[in-house]
Amino acid sequence: MAALLVSPTLLVLGLVIAYPVLSALYTSLFTAPGIDPKTGFVEDGDSFAGLDNFTSIFSAAGDRFWNAFWNTSFLTLTSVALETIIGLGMALIMHQALRGRAWVRASILVPWAIPTAISALLWRWIFDTEGIANTIINTEVLWTTEGFQAQVAVIIAEVWKTAPFVGLLTLAGLQIISEEVYEAARVDGAGPVRRLWSITLPLVKPALLVAVLFRLLDALRMFDLPYILIGPGKESVETLSMLAQDEAANVRFGPASAYAVVLFLYVFLIAFAFIKLLGADLLGDRQSGNGKPGARKRLSLMPGNGRGQQKEATA
Amino acid sequence: MTGTTPTATSEAPASPSAPASPAPAPGTGARPRPAGNPWATGFKYAGVIAVAAWCLAPFYWMLVGSLRRSDDVFATSLWPSPMSLSNYRGVLDPSQGFVRSLVNSLVVAGSTTVLALIVGIATAYALARLDFRFKRLVLTGIIATSMFPVVAIAIPLLKLFVGFGWINTYQALVVPSMSFALPLAVWNLTAFFRQMPLELEESARVDGCSRGQAFRKVILPLAAPGVFTTAILTFVMAWNEFLIAVSMTNKQSMMTAPVAVSKFTGATEFVQPHGSQMAAGVLVTIPLVILVLFFQRRIVAGLTAGAVK
Amino acid sequence: MSAIERRLLRCTAVTAALTLVGGCGLGASSVESGVSAKERGPITYVAGKDTSGVVPKLIKRWNDRNPGEKVTFIELPEDADAQRQQMIQNAQLKTDTYTVLSLDAVWTAEFAANRWIDEIPESSFPFDKTLGPINGTVAYRGKWFAMPYTSDGALLYYRKDLLEKANVEPPKTQDEMREVCGKVLKKQPGMSCYGGQFEKYEGLTVNFSEAVNSAGGQVTDAKGNPHLDTPEAKRGLDNLIKGFRDGTMPKNGITMMEETGRRAFEKGRLLFYRNWPYQYAVSNTKAKTNKVVNKFGVAPIPGEKGTGASSLGGHNLALANTARNKATALDFMRYMTSDEGARMRLTKASQAPVFTKLYDDPKLAGQFPWLPVLKKSIVGAEPRPRVVRYGDSTKVIQDEAYAALTGKKSSEAALKSMQKELNALKP
Repeated sequence: MAALLVSPTLLVLGLVIAYPVLSALYTSLFTAPGIDPKTGFVEDGDSFAGLDNFTSIFSAAGDRFWNAFWNTSFLTLTSVALETIIGLGMALIMHQALRGRAWVRASILVPWAIPTAISALLWRWIFDTEGIANTIINTEVLWTTEGFQAQVAVIIAEVWKTAPFVGLLTLAGLQIISEEVYEAARVDGAGPVRRLWSITLPLVKPALLVAVLFRLLDALRMFDLPYILIGPGKESVETLSMLAQDEAANVRFGPASAYAVVLFLYVFLIAFAFIKLLGADLLGDRQSGNGKPGARKRLSLMPGNGRGQQKEATA
Repeated sequence: MTGTTPTATSEAPASPSAPASPAPAPGTGARPRPAGNPWATGFKYAGVIAVAAWCLAPFYWMLVGSLRRSDDVFATSLWPSPMSLSNYRGVLDPSQGFVRSLVNSLVVAGSTTVLALIVGIATAYALARLDFRFKRLVLTGIIATSMFPVVAIAIPLLKLFVGFGWINTYQALVVPSMSFALPLAVWNLTAFFRQMPLELEESARVDGCSRGQAFRKVILPLAAPGVFTTAILTFVMAWNEFLIAVSMTNKQSMMTAPVAVSKFTGATEFVQPHGSQMAAGVLVTIPLVILVLFFQRRIVAGLTAGAVK
Repeated sequence: MSAIERRLLRCTAVTAALTLVGGCGLGASSVESGVSAKERGPITYVAGKDTSGVVPKLIKRWNDRNPGEKVTFIELPEDADAQRQQMIQNAQLKTDTYTVLSLDAVWTAEFAANRWIDEIPESSFPFDKTLGPINGTVAYRGKWFAMPYTSDGALLYYRKDLLEKANVEPPKTQDEMREVCGKVLKKQPGMSCYGGQFEKYEGLTVNFSEAVNSAGGQVTDAKGNPHLDTPEAKRGLDNLIKGFRDGTMPKNGITMMEETGRRAFEKGRLLFYRNWPYQYAVSNTKAKTNKVVNKFGVAPIPGEKGTGASSLGGHNLALANTARNKATALDFMRYMTSDEGARMRLTKASQAPVFTKLYDDPKLAGQFPWLPVLKKSIVGAEPRPRVVRYGDSTKVIQDEAYAALTGKKSSEAALKSMQKELNALKP
């Protein structure tokens, strides 16, 4: 039964991801052929290079790689942290909103719904030297030149676009918490802050963690936003995905795949660490959810749970 | 929460003790409830307005930009004057094929969402409720597929689909979109299902429900917010997918909306078609918002109704 | 399920095998060469989104005349990088989907060296009727690989009104330009002297090359050898750096692309601006932010001693190597690049022609006052680096030039590493 339920997912993922990934792994072992100096034509067939593509990432292209590595890490860390805080705030506010929640929810969907390429253009236009951002702060900041301001621009645009993602997932998590848990806490005399820390956050944790985890995966692969907003090849915002893209654009699929594999390993490591540190309950083992007092209380008060949806339906 | 009563009554017997709404319910505590406090209410509304403003201000700027004449796009007045619909006329001109591309996007994103949800729900249920070997491995494997940069996947995938003869077909767009959406769908739904009380499902089965029925009638409605949110996010992801869509299609009649937008042009190759891109951005976003508002009511109402049957 | 699996396995095996041998066409089994093409039949024309609206008309006319050899127009995204990527993908897959390709002038060497495009027969194309330097963008190692389709060269846009008021002529050299600015700008607060394209993108390569060429240097020669360790190259780059240091160029000049600079010029922030011919029509269109309608003129860009040397832009038509029906394709290329098409593109979309005859037509010159100036600009032009690894080369140039302009590196150090890296990119 489990196999039956799980296999469609694995089949789709196997077809669309596993094969290309394996193919990329294979490609990463080859280098593009050189040009025959006599004819001027590129020679036939890729040549096997072993791990050369990988070693040259750290040696020949080392500076560029580490710069991109730190950029990727810095941009990811700051923007995901901000997104989490802002997204959680949004969710709490929306959950409290009594009237018009559907409208607020639709409006927070807007930044997330605009295609990244278009939203990057929008921000590029806002951050133009003569754009509205400079008009508002009334100074001429050259946002798209190298420097810290370029990173700030990327982070602002990224957080604007993706905080709603965290917000929506967290809101869904909030909605399945039953009112009775709060009721009981109030009777016990817990203040609003206490209720937030000891009830809301633990209960919303699984949803929030999934949201943050997927944000991490996405942010670490960030590409189009800095590429369009600031421009390709800018040291201050060049990310690892941009390096892979740059290699692929110059028809060097071997090195491009090697960068992709290195990035994959880095993402995997971060995700692994994240799950180990914060979200053991994400990876299975049912007892984790039941072990917490909040959850147990909720279980005993189950009937009220249906009401979460009721609110939803009529909001 | 003043308008809840009509539907709430149907479920009232199940939870007689629960107050109908968190709004002022007298006599539950000695201290005034936060919801009754005018300051708290004020804060809430201020919060709501702040959230909406943060999200909508740049969008407003996009809207303003789309309503300027193409030569005025870089003006910084807060209101487009003179106002012009020329960008919208340009975008909706039949030769751009933009309307057709919106329909394509709808088909692709719609079928992606439905398929990803069906497949994802089944898988998530198994991962949340059934015990089997390699569960961790499966979960890890599923999430690992969203760790590879799409840039590196596009070309092998294109080779594969050319082999299938899938170029210019919907499945060449739906299947990759599905695979990008599935990891999130599975992980998120697993987290939600896992939070659902086991007791309820068990009691439903004692009442004679099969495992499937118990799931459909008890768990799914309770997890509705999670399912619905997953649906929205999947739909948006599929709606905005560009790299695969541009590689897998070369006929205008098969373009999706983001691909169509990438083909907008200004008067010459150097002139950025800023106005029409912004107009297209507005036109791409509005259907999504309408869909969400619409389904928000329909789906959730439907699921909840299923719960009481 | 097993059926699906079997099919899946079969397909993966096939594609894996293809990847392994890196050859053996998926679509076309054996393709003929462009020089001796005989096959006829339906073909496709692949180009970036058509800005002029002329292409569908030209194709329709062709299809009416040649019912058995129908042409389908495949429109690619507007962005040049995306176009190149799509074309390379098609070449990698070896399908016969793409037939005639519209290539940016700087891609020819790369596409030819990789054999993604075919050599075309010299005898059947009018290479002798085009402006000389343009042919430099379609040849690779002495053979023809494309037919010039449209061209582009640099013009110096200047504020005619202000120059007339100060009673000065448009400058021919950079020193003269500074002098004119000294006279005019005193009465023009908020206006800078000169602008070009110095954002880190292809425009920087263009402007850097023009600076070097105008100082008498050469970025690369016809064989692709870099010459950046010369005093001329250093003077060229130093002229730009000086321009930023002494305020000849505005501080935000480093963020300028074609359109940012055009808007600054139209707002009255620049006295002189280097741009392509397309601006002529745009800046003569009334708009809220445009103060220069009928108040500007064009001249060749200024050099160190006398007129400067422009870079060459434009597009060429080439024949995809894996295509079918190449005889039809060659005919279609001749048709598209013909006088008739060129005239239509010029009048409907201000796209610069490649044929000398059109530049010398007095009627057209009356309609497009920039044509004679552009002719001078193109005749004195140098192609951008003609190298196989153009993408890498232009990136090296941009990296180093940008570092020098923003003061991160001295001009000497920047040119030294540019020379070294471009040498390493040579075959």
